[in-house]
Amino acid sequence: MFLVKGLKINKEKIIINIFLIVSVTTILILLGIFLFLFFTGIKTFNEISFKEIFFGTDWNPTAYGEPSWGILSLLVGTLIVTLGALIFAIPLGIASSIYLAEIASPKTREFLKPTIEMIAGIPSVVLGLIGIFFLSPLIAGLFGLSNGLNGLIASFIVGIMILPTIISVSEDVLISLPKEFNEASLALGATKWQTIKMTLIPAALSGIGGAIMLGLGRAVGETMAVLMVAGNSRGMPTSILDPVRPITANIAIEIKEVVSGSLHYEALFLLGLILFVITFCVNVISEIIINKQTKKYKW
Amino acid sequence: MVKEKTKEKFYFNIFRICMLFTIFILGFILLYVIINGYKVINFRFLTTMWNHQDITQGGIFPAIFGSILLGIGISIISIPIGICTAIYISEYAKENYFTNMVKISIRNLAGVPSVVYGLFGLAFFVFLLNLGTSLIAASLTLGCMTLPWIITSSEESIKSVPNSFREASIALGATKWQTIKKVVVPSSLGGMLTGSILGISRAVGETAPIIMVGATFYISYLPTSPTDKFMALPYHLFILATQHSSPDAKAYALGTALVLISLTFIMNLGIFIIRYKLRKKKEW
Amino acid sequence: MVKIIIKNLKFWYGKKQVLDDINLLIENKKITALIGPSGCGKSTLLRCMNRMNDLISSSKIEGNLIYNNKDIHKDYEDVSILRKQIGMVFQKPNPFPMSIFENVSYGLRAAGIKDKEILKKIVEESLKRADLWDEVKDRLDSSAFSLSGGQQQRLCITRALAINPDVILLDEPCSALDPIATAKIEKLLIKLKDEMTIIIVTHNMHQARRISDKTIYMLDGKVIEYSETKSLFVKPKNKLTKDYINGEFG
Repeated sequence: MFLVKGLKINKEKIIINIFLIVSVTTILILLGIFLFLFFTGIKTFNEISFKEIFFGTDWNPTAYGEPSWGILSLLVGTLIVTLGALIFAIPLGIASSIYLAEIASPKTREFLKPTIEMIAGIPSVVLGLIGIFFLSPLIAGLFGLSNGLNGLIASFIVGIMILPTIISVSEDVLISLPKEFNEASLALGATKWQTIKMTLIPAALSGIGGAIMLGLGRAVGETMAVLMVAGNSRGMPTSILDPVRPITANIAIEIKEVVSGSLHYEALFLLGLILFVITFCVNVISEIIINKQTKKYKW
Repeated sequence: MVKEKTKEKFYFNIFRICMLFTIFILGFILLYVIINGYKVINFRFLTTMWNHQDITQGGIFPAIFGSILLGIGISIISIPIGICTAIYISEYAKENYFTNMVKISIRNLAGVPSVVYGLFGLAFFVFLLNLGTSLIAASLTLGCMTLPWIITSSEESIKSVPNSFREASIALGATKWQTIKKVVVPSSLGGMLTGSILGISRAVGETAPIIMVGATFYISYLPTSPTDKFMALPYHLFILATQHSSPDAKAYALGTALVLISLTFIMNLGIFIIRYKLRKKKEW
Repeated sequence: MVKIIIKNLKFWYGKKQVLDDINLLIENKKITALIGPSGCGKSTLLRCMNRMNDLISSSKIEGNLIYNNKDIHKDYEDVSILRKQIGMVFQKPNPFPMSIFENVSYGLRAAGIKDKEILKKIVEESLKRADLWDEVKDRLDSSAFSLSGGQQQRLCITRALAINPDVILLDEPCSALDPIATAKIEKLLIKLKDEMTIIIVTHNMHQARRISDKTIYMLDGKVIEYSETKSLFVKPKNKLTKDYINGEFG
């Protein structure tokens, strides 16, 4: 009896240790991603000043004469695409989530939810294709441009990509509100719309903000669709109809051409590090917001 | 009051239209790909090798094959590790500040852009471990990217197992591991597999990282070892759409897109079946 | 005088029949208590009177509820008009996540009143009617969640009073409260019955006995006995009622 018990505990100890080792490895790898980016990217500063990188508007590391390393135009590119995508996706996404959470019948909801998940499942290259073959000629014709690959169309495509995130997170937030709010408001003679407007939306506001932040994180990091439709010109964009070259696209374009360990290689890692830091922070903040929201009304 | 009713109708219709528009976008994308892509799909397109000179004479078999191999590679790497880690951090790890930090970090790594994982894969697997641009390097890179997704969804799924189940098992004299093996894993397996497949199907559609670490547009042979380069559907259609001069390139790109979407669709069908089978089993 | 007439009322949740052939005359400006074991349908009956059951999509109703010569289910195309006249207070205090002022003025704002001065006046009046004014007058702008449970429930009653209802429905309003808070609410209800009709669901027989004029005893979706509270508790006509009030039931 004692022996059996001893064996049992021994076996259990071994298993726990295997699990522990696997978990620690996983965590080390994930930590390693950050460290790699950090230590490779940071080397850029050995040769180029902080000021030249962050305040220079000209990115041209392969110029014959004097290469330039200003990332401002790339940052502006990312900014244009992200903001454009949000302008498109916020109203549409929030309106859709209100429809799903408060207006649609349970049956309609059951049909719509997986449908929206499907949008999230479309690979971004496929959306890029739609951008190139369908939207770009359309936009070129509409605005009389030589080609339609620009910030506007990239914003639109990225907007579509972040729609499912915004819809499903806002919907979760709305659904998780206590149903007592709804009952109390209706019992006071408010209509359903007044209930939504006066009680539910204000109560869910911070959570919806979190959903938007999550969408923002996605938009900043989107690569392939942007690479295909943004036009990728290095110049400083002056309007949304100009071609832009966001950070992600720039990395994807140039990384194949650079020599490992060169200054250009390190600079691209620095760009990767910037992306990592932006998206990671945005995500952590949105998680905190959404968590607070869901705990707020637990009586 | 009549005014309020009218207002309500007006706004509800706006919301309805927005929802319809969202669905319309999805429908449009699918229809566009299907209508423009189905013409090029035939037996030869799906089963023969790629012909670089005359794309109408070849097929995309090596790209399909490469993407499937890649999917298998990612699964082998990320599913066991991801599920083990999820079990450890949600069942064994002590509830403390450090564990919490680890959990939060992992969840938020899920939102880090794929191109960043590509950079890491290039520096670590391709150069440092000297795996070269290869199938194994790509599987490892995408495996790393998929890990946070799998861990997060598995964790959710484990969390949804009611605590009373665990208590009942422990009260009957089972050890912690027996409880996990007999109670926790069986009741959360569906959710863990669903999350895993979803992650893998998204990873297979990713393009940016594999451009960096292993995919190539054209090879004349099928990969036979993990260190070979390989063709992949998303990269293939990307090149066709952006860098191929043939007038047929558009149709072939959309045909390839249709195959890629179908592949992810088949994987999602698998999820649907798992969910359906498990929903009957667990009703608490 | 009769306020609400209930005729042959039957009610189903999905396939389950919850109310079976209810016939009642609810009297004006009196407190009517609904008692009975849990699951007997008393809350459902209450929620029929301001159509809160509309929220449940699988529900089905037959028979009539007549209020002011109008059928509650057929003659009110806009249910919000009905709910302004027949207010409701719920089991758990459910203030909105807003300030005390905004909570009390909610129904008024929903009715389209925007004038700040009018709102202020009615909020003050209502809080005074509910004997809550002295406790909250200095912090009308702080969150309703900062109040104690009993205060929150009285705030919910105030909120219902603000739109000046004709009938007020209370669904076990004291079940989450301590005896002192309960006593305050009971005192308030007795004061309010001079102005309006009150129908209260309670699982506390002593409460029914203390405050109500008429009592309805329900069992399994049927009305077993309906009479003056005093006579129901002292000399129940039906044996089932007697068993229940003597505590011999379940």
